[in-house]
Amino acid sequence: MATLEIKDLHVEIEGKEILKGVDLTINTNEIHAIMGPNGTGKSTLAQAIMGHPKYVVTSGTITLDGEDVLEMEVDERARAGIFLGMQYPSEITGVTNADFLRSAINAKREEGDEISLMKFIRELDSKMEILEMDEDMATRYLNEGFSGGEKKRNEILQLTMLKPKFAVLDEIDSGLDIDALKIVSKGINEMRGEDFGCLIITHYQRLLDYITPDTVHVMMQGKVVKSGGAELAHKLEEQGYDWIKEELGIEDETVGLEV
Amino acid sequence: MTVETKMALTEQDVRSYSAKMNEADWMADFRADALAKAEQLPMPKPDKTKIDKWNFTEFPVHAVESASYSSLDELSEEARALVDKDQQNSIYIQHNNTPAYLSLSEELKAKGVIMTDIFTASREHSDLVKKYFMTDGVKVDEHKLTALHAALMNGGVFVYVPKNVVVEEPIQVLFLHDDEQASLFNHVLIVAEANSSVTYVENYLSTVEESKGLANIVSEVFTGDNAQITYGAVDVLAKGFTTYVNRRGVAGRDSRIDWALGLMNDSDTISESITHLVGNGSHCDMKTVVVGRGKQRQNFTTEIVHWGMDTEGFILKHGVVKEESTCIFNGIGRIAKGATRSNAVQESRVLMLSEKARGDANPILLIDEDDVTAGHAASVGRVDPMQLFYLMSRGISQHEAERLVIHGFLAPVVSKLPIEGVKKQLTEVIERKVR
Repeated sequence: MATLEIKDLHVEIEGKEILKGVDLTINTNEIHAIMGPNGTGKSTLAQAIMGHPKYVVTSGTITLDGEDVLEMEVDERARAGIFLGMQYPSEITGVTNADFLRSAINAKREEGDEISLMKFIRELDSKMEILEMDEDMATRYLNEGFSGGEKKRNEILQLTMLKPKFAVLDEIDSGLDIDALKIVSKGINEMRGEDFGCLIITHYQRLLDYITPDTVHVMMQGKVVKSGGAELAHKLEEQGYDWIKEELGIEDETVGLEV
Repeated sequence: MTVETKMALTEQDVRSYSAKMNEADWMADFRADALAKAEQLPMPKPDKTKIDKWNFTEFPVHAVESASYSSLDELSEEARALVDKDQQNSIYIQHNNTPAYLSLSEELKAKGVIMTDIFTASREHSDLVKKYFMTDGVKVDEHKLTALHAALMNGGVFVYVPKNVVVEEPIQVLFLHDDEQASLFNHVLIVAEANSSVTYVENYLSTVEESKGLANIVSEVFTGDNAQITYGAVDVLAKGFTTYVNRRGVAGRDSRIDWALGLMNDSDTISESITHLVGNGSHCDMKTVVVGRGKQRQNFTTEIVHWGMDTEGFILKHGVVKEESTCIFNGIGRIAKGATRSNAVQESRVLMLSEKARGDANPILLIDEDDVTAGHAASVGRVDPMQLFYLMSRGISQHEAERLVIHGFLAPVVSKLPIEGVKKQLTEVIERKVR
């Protein structure tokens, strides 16, 4: 079992504090969901875990099995087993999806132990089939000209090819129609197991209809303010967030940043 | 200000060179006339690069004699890697200034296709060469360097595709340079008559440490009605050259000229690529990639001129500059009066890899007609940190991520080259230059 542990995390962007003491522990074989209205710091948490250069951790810790993640460069975090499925993936001209994926897989492996081309192609084909992606997506340039839905599927393709220990999925459901949502969920559910933990960030319950979380957290004002089981997500869907705000005496749930 | 330059060679020199190369008689007069003009004409003025201190006129010797090859096995390893020996049926190789190897498939010969060195062409295909050689494409008296080129031409190739002939396999030309004394005044002349098509790929491969010579290169490319020429080039001229390279296209009605140019010289370089879309409905796609390094100074002017109606021109230029090098990109879309419904599009992007590198992208649209469409995009910047973050978030090191982004940035030309060996070479040269 592996553990990703976040303790009292404070994060600033451009001098403004967004996260104000996040505590969260995720083990492999667990799926956590973070819900909450816009502007409460959910995406900031995702970016800070991966090490986005604009997000500055001012205090607190992130550890992976006791190893200090904050000391690691972005690529080291990835090689240690952390994956971020991005809300807005970059487009990279001239680099094919397949070449990129192979570089990423080989980056994790020792020199001389690179994945064979045949094995890579077999694996890519089978994953793309699960995600119902067109064959030409492998030879197209990375995310270039992809529709919103194609980009999200491509993030999940990378997830399933790279097999990280922990995935943070930042609004992977936004912009997906119901069919695409089912396919993306299928990809994530394929990963479920003893060697995989996941943190799903979402506005909507509907993704959680297909991926049942073990734990649901609610973020407001840059903190996790409430945690519960899958039933919490249902309650939020039915009743919204006001009851939590009332319960906790919160008037403005945001961190005052337009997101 | 006087622009008169005393040339290293005399009229007698160029006449006797012409005789020695066994050229058509008119060529000797043509050269002599050009030499006289070269002494009087001014230098070209590439926008934003001052070249008055550059040496374009002095060189060690006019022409050197080098070995020819009786088979492709005699090529150096580096040159051999460019040729797919089993498949490349049509190939011309020039060794410094010496026509060194020629092979043209029997099938193409039977169809009337001509490929031969420029000297032989002037003699054996005198009327054709005379019709196209520095008449409607590049003119002798454009400036000192075109005149000098005409006077001193010491190599090159003529490719002619008759009406209705489709040349399926690419024609390959290698200009090999391994003598530091040698200068290259090469002239490439390609004519594709009506309804014909041909793909031409040339390589400049210079393997000397530092050249002492000049390169003054002119290519002229003509398409007849509904013809098509695809022109691929990878230039790798060594440090030490002063390079002037002029590639010119003239497109007939409904014809198409596509360029894919990998300009990878290590020399100071002035490059001018202009295509005239003369015929209605003609089309030009001009893709150029460039890498500058060291203290290299380079200026690339790319222009498409729309004369005919319904013409389309696309310019793409991507440049990477590193260390203390300078790259100027002048992209010009010109639409003449009467060229209605034409479309001129260009994109120039420069990626700067160091503080001291200089890149400049100048998109220019000169439009003299109302009913047209035109657009341009230009940018000068560094590797996008968001792209790096994205790639690194998948475990790829920063160095490798930058490498991927740079290769991707230069891919538009690499992917267009139709010969595998040449494609591979360009990739390797890019790798070497950006490392």
